[in-house]
Amino acid sequence: MDLVLEPLGYPIFIRALVAAILVGTVCAVVGTYVVLRGLAFIGDAIGHAAFPGVVVAFMLNAPFYLGAAIAAVGTALSIGFVTRRTTLRADTTIGVLFAGTFALGIFLFSAIEGYVADLFSFLVGNILFISFSNLIGLLILGGVVLAAVAVLWKELLYSTFDPLGAAASGLPVGRLEYVLLTLVALTIVVSVQAVGIVLVVAMLVTPPAAAQLLTVRFGRLMGLAVVFGVAGAVIGLYLSYWLDVASGASIVLVVTTIFLAVLAFNPRGGLLRPRGQQQRRATAE
Amino acid sequence: MTFAPAAPADTHVLSAAAMAVALSDVAAGYHDRVALEDVSLDVRPGSLLAIVGPNGAGKSTLLKVIAGLVPAWSGSVSVLGAAPGSAAERIAYVPQAELVDWHFPITVSGVVMMGRYPRLGLARRPGKADREAVREALASVGMLEHADRQIGALSGGQRRRVFLARAVAADAELFLLDEPVTGVDAATQEDIMGILAANASAGRTIIATTHDLACAAQCFRRVVAINRTIVADGPAEIALDPDILARAYSGHLLVLGGNRVVLDDAHHHDESASERHFHDNGG
Repeated sequence: MDLVLEPLGYPIFIRALVAAILVGTVCAVVGTYVVLRGLAFIGDAIGHAAFPGVVVAFMLNAPFYLGAAIAAVGTALSIGFVTRRTTLRADTTIGVLFAGTFALGIFLFSAIEGYVADLFSFLVGNILFISFSNLIGLLILGGVVLAAVAVLWKELLYSTFDPLGAAASGLPVGRLEYVLLTLVALTIVVSVQAVGIVLVVAMLVTPPAAAQLLTVRFGRLMGLAVVFGVAGAVIGLYLSYWLDVASGASIVLVVTTIFLAVLAFNPRGGLLRPRGQQQRRATAE
Repeated sequence: MTFAPAAPADTHVLSAAAMAVALSDVAAGYHDRVALEDVSLDVRPGSLLAIVGPNGAGKSTLLKVIAGLVPAWSGSVSVLGAAPGSAAERIAYVPQAELVDWHFPITVSGVVMMGRYPRLGLARRPGKADREAVREALASVGMLEHADRQIGALSGGQRRRVFLARAVAADAELFLLDEPVTGVDAATQEDIMGILAANASAGRTIIATTHDLACAAQCFRRVVAINRTIVADGPAEIALDPDILARAYSGHLLVLGGNRVVLDDAHHHDESASERHFHDNGG
């Protein structure tokens, strides 16, 4: 028990705990739409695209989340724009912009004299590095994302499920897509310091993916994803603290373990359940 | 269209504003590919109209122009007395079944409730009146007992009925249906057409694409045959007229002792795949 309560005596750990709950929640809510729309690759790309923004913010001594937000939102909207205005496939556009922006980040990173531990922590995530002022910024940003979903959840749901039907009945499907890409970008900004640029896509995709194996209802899916995301982030934070490892890796390993456990044992036809039960399930449906 | 049999003589008595749909000299397409040209079409409120033609003839494109999903390059388009898109909340569009993700985590009543979303507006949650409208719509298509099932757990015909219920719940005046009876058995087809006929009798305008000529002739009241442009427009029987079919289907139709065999079905999936691709880019 002391192992769990002891770290709570340190302000740095409390800040990290608040950040973990925030990241788990915001990622799961936005990630639910990402998974249902098949936007996982875009999420990965936007995460990498945030890096040059982080490096420039560091060079200018500005808050990292401002630089990351400008770079991530800019790239997200560019992907949407280029895909709509050219005949290139979306995954091609993403591949081009993703590698290009990340290369710019590495270029600037390596141009800085000496080794910069602060910046390296953004690549792999170090949730215990989050300062008080950064945490306030992330809470506001996360609040904006959650408020936007609270206002637009049903329009986003309709345009995800049936874009043609939604557009014909008057929903601005094109603009909603840009809004969602912006929300993905802001979610990534909220998450990069905790889980790192390289791994941030896992927080968006893995908790909703595990939830999708367990329910066929949209609301429950999002709720379960939040439970998995927050549990993964909090348990991962403890692992990172106890074992002194990068928090991004430990958090992502916990959510991946949750996913694999659901995949193997879930009551709706887990891969490791006896075959007879799976077949009975199949015939019942 | 000078081609006989002509449209009903009284079509031009109503002004464009009183028509449910009025197209005049419309051309449309995707990027630089022309899909429709010189299309003029008037549809009165309460019509039950089938758009027939070979695959790639522009059936889906015509439906999308009316729905405001594909812009007309030229010509004039009036839908429910307004520019396309401006009367959107009075329009219900049902996509081809193969474009729907049937594994999507949503229940039957969840899909029907979506019909209520555009009228609800931002930040408003569905209330008691919306839930009641969903129940009534489900009852009207005989799907109330399946309200809580995931949509993918339904049969093909049940899935179509759920989307019809969504149009009913939306209280739409114009139903635009892309291939509503494709791939269902004859009994189901009859059920679906019964629901559509009842809605048309209630004053709603129904426009559906189909490549099932027998169904077009038997279950609809008016048929428009297209092949990039309108080649025939008249009472439903024209769907079985060999001369008209020869024009619409050019080399793709075989007449065997009074039975028509359409030879172009092999292209069906290619067409829908490419149309989806274009829509993703352009819509």
